[in-house]
Amino acid sequence: MELRFSEAERAFRQEVRDFIAKELPKETRERMLAGKSPTKQMVVDWQRKLNARGWAVPEWPREWGGPDWTLGMRYIFREELQMAPAPQPLAFNTNMCGPVIAEFGTEEQKKRFLPRMANLDDWWCQGFSEPGAGSDLAGLKTRAVKQGDHYIVNGQKTWTTLAQHADWIFLLVRTDPNAKKQEGISFLLCDMKTPGITVRPIITIEGGHEVNEVFFDDVKVPVENLVGEENKGWDCAKFLLGNERFGQARVGASRERIRRLKAIASTESMDGGRPLMEDPDFARKVTEIEVELKALEMTVMRVIATESKRKDKKPDPATSVLKIKGTEIQQMCSELLMKAAGPYAWVDGDPEAEGSNDIDVAPDWAFGLAGVYFNWRKQSIYGGSNEIQRNIMAKAFLGL
Amino acid sequence: MDFDLTEEQRLLQDSVARLLTDKYGFEQRKAYMKSAEGWSRDIWAQYAELGLLGLPFAEDEGGFGGSHVETMLVAEQLGKALALEPWIPTVVIGGGFLRHGAEAGLRAELVPQIAGGELMLAFAHTERQSRYDLNDVATAAKKDGSGWVISGRKGMVIHGDSAGKLVVTARTAGGQRDAKGIGVFLVDASHSGVNRRGYRTVDGQRAAEVELSNVPAEAVLGNPEDGLALVDQVVDETIVALAAEAVGCMQVAHDMTIDYMKTRKQFDRPIGSFQALQHRAADMLVQLEQARSMSYFAAMGVEERDPLERRKNMASVKVQIGRSARFVGQQSIQLHGGIAMTMEYAVGHYFKRLTVNDAMFGDADYWVRYLANAGGLVTAA
Ligand SMILES: Cc1cc2nc3c(=O)[nH]c(=O)nc-3n(C[C@H](O)[C@H](O)[C@H](O)COP(=O)(O)OP(=O)(O)OC[C@H]3O[C@@H](n4cnc5c(N)ncnc54)[C@H](O)[C@@H]3O)c2cc1C
Ligand SMILES: Cc1cc2nc3c(=O)[nH]c(=O)nc-3n(C[C@H](O)[C@H](O)[C@H](O)COP(=O)(O)OP(=O)(O)OC[C@H]3O[C@@H](n4cnc5c(N)ncnc54)[C@H](O)[C@@H]3O)c2cc1C
Repeated sequence: MELRFSEAERAFRQEVRDFIAKELPKETRERMLAGKSPTKQMVVDWQRKLNARGWAVPEWPREWGGPDWTLGMRYIFREELQMAPAPQPLAFNTNMCGPVIAEFGTEEQKKRFLPRMANLDDWWCQGFSEPGAGSDLAGLKTRAVKQGDHYIVNGQKTWTTLAQHADWIFLLVRTDPNAKKQEGISFLLCDMKTPGITVRPIITIEGGHEVNEVFFDDVKVPVENLVGEENKGWDCAKFLLGNERFGQARVGASRERIRRLKAIASTESMDGGRPLMEDPDFARKVTEIEVELKALEMTVMRVIATESKRKDKKPDPATSVLKIKGTEIQQMCSELLMKAAGPYAWVDGDPEAEGSNDIDVAPDWAFGLAGVYFNWRKQSIYGGSNEIQRNIMAKAFLGL
Repeated sequence: MDFDLTEEQRLLQDSVARLLTDKYGFEQRKAYMKSAEGWSRDIWAQYAELGLLGLPFAEDEGGFGGSHVETMLVAEQLGKALALEPWIPTVVIGGGFLRHGAEAGLRAELVPQIAGGELMLAFAHTERQSRYDLNDVATAAKKDGSGWVISGRKGMVIHGDSAGKLVVTARTAGGQRDAKGIGVFLVDASHSGVNRRGYRTVDGQRAAEVELSNVPAEAVLGNPEDGLALVDQVVDETIVALAAEAVGCMQVAHDMTIDYMKTRKQFDRPIGSFQALQHRAADMLVQLEQARSMSYFAAMGVEERDPLERRKNMASVKVQIGRSARFVGQQSIQLHGGIAMTMEYAVGHYFKRLTVNDAMFGDADYWVRYLANAGGLVTAA
């Protein structure tokens, strides 16, 4: 039993840290420190730097540019990005669609799409959810009918994150309406500039524009953009959803938030003339989160250690803990940060605005903290809601 | 990172598990509990045979040379069986004081007796007023020639009634709550100045109230003027065992609950088919896995050299284990319904053990307060 990272992995951590310190633009870091999403340009520039270093696609096979890291190194890499904080390589490209194409795609598809995905020459978005198909994803209705060498796509996707930036969308569509739910679904790649596609913003509760509705009206998708076999798209979907088993824990992101929280609550906020961290009630809440995060970090290590050895692709029971605890902890961090700001958390600024503080009322550090709290309620909803996670645990691990 | 056990560790774990499966069924345990001493000498002898009683001592002193990982493995198995023997007081606590505080000559004399199963130890520390504060010691040690004489009252001395020797904390200087001026002494429990009153605790263990009147110390463990650091070290190491024991208890309580949910029918179906209960069971699993992770962390975090950092690590272990134990324990009762309320059904005994385990050396609330005051685990940015 060796519960620590290896010497080589610790050296790798330093290498990543040094690279980030040298290469991450100050504006990107500051915007993210303030709890805002990086702009499109920031994400693109950063991913190109990572790609030039050979670090943009940790999960990909070596022949398509993957760096052949151990799971421990992948974890360290993500954790360092989160703690910086720096943008992650765009998940839709590097964690979702890329690995599906690498696993199920044709040689032509790999050559055509993978290098551009890695370099973020194309921004991809995920067209899975529909108004009638959320948790029950296989209930999706968007239709694709083959006509000659095209599929004609009609229907609606929703909650499509950052579709407003996207050049391409990967879609789950129904190709056989008569088959059983999961068996009539196909996985298609679609150029967002194709006629018949309409993108409409959905504004989330904090005022941000991160999700969209995407409408398909007789959209022609060439048949060569089918990934895997027709009606076998559910295999791609399952592969995609099962891919990032420890990514959802986001231990580094929570640690970064707690550091920030403690800095703010130790200096800036004053209750009865004393820093908020000296309030036993508040300090205790922070401490409880720190303990849960430590336990989660160890759980992640366990998952990494067992996954690297596992021959079958069955996840460790501990993996189920990651999504539930990881999101609960992040949500709690965002709530405590908001509380630390007191009344100045209430300023309703524009989360899209450049700079950190477009309405110069609240101190910079307090600005937008309530917005992040509101926005982060999403974490227990998407990626398989926490209730769905409990269903999976009850069925797959407990046999209930 | 590697969570795999070595061949020897696996053998150790398996042999303990085999012994307890054979000899520690629910009915057998009940019989041990009802016996005069409240635990089994026969089992104790078998622990000795398996090497469990010499586990943490150096091999050249007659021990097994086990690390904290071995302690964790054994304690988890003992937890699964709700074993009643004085293993933690003798081997982990008493053994810890001998390893860190005794001179080689004393160890050479005592370790073989412990490893052979002839000598049991107990830690006489808690006093009526002290609750969980390790520095709160009123019992007094007075210099007497070249030695020390001890007088005072100690309470809730776990397995104090069967111990051959007591590890006693006593004040050599300063006020009752001063960190400095605490000494740790080894005392012959059969000395005429030692008055012991044994009783059973709610979880089926034994404990004693111990009165000491002018009892000469057989040995001083560590620095008699400044022994709190030694106490801290040993308590921190004991937390490794307590955490693992709790994980063993939680694992069984959880497994029993899941099994019961599959067989118990109400409304013409297994109660495990009700989603409200499925989600509760999933939450129990989350708590169990988080606890298991912290039990591993305990074995690692106790090796931290800086005493404050080590203490903070172990505080975080107590917090997570205590929180998880409470949830898993309470829910294993709730999900069983009325049957779990009976003395005849095992799950309630796990709940009781978990409840006491949490409170040993301070419950989760105590340690969260401590950790908050000590600045937590994450440094501010
Ligand atoms: C900010 C945001 C970004 C997103 N980005 C994308 C994206 O880029 N691409 C994409 O395809 N999708 C995206 N999604 C969609 C996301 O995957 C869905 O929201 C999610 O699958 C839940 O579906 P739903 O919102 O329709 O809720 P529903 O499925 O209607 O669920 C409503 C409630 O019922 C519960 N529930 C549902 N079924 C069960 C059950 N069987 N047992 C117990 N409880 C149940 C849920 O947990 C939830 O609490 C995004 C969502 C959000 C909020
Ligand atoms: C101390 C004590 C005193 C009692 N005194 C009396 C008395 O004087 N007279 C008398 O007649 N009875 C008495 N009872 C019995 C008591 O009413 C039952 O224990 C109670 O009805 C629950 O039944 P059960 O124990 O069989 O549990 P079960 O019904 O088997 O339930 C087991 C678990 O499943 C859950 N569950 C069951 N059905 C569902 C469902 N549909 N959906 C979700 N969850 C479900 C329960 O909440 C519980 O957590 C007593 C019980 C106790 C413990």
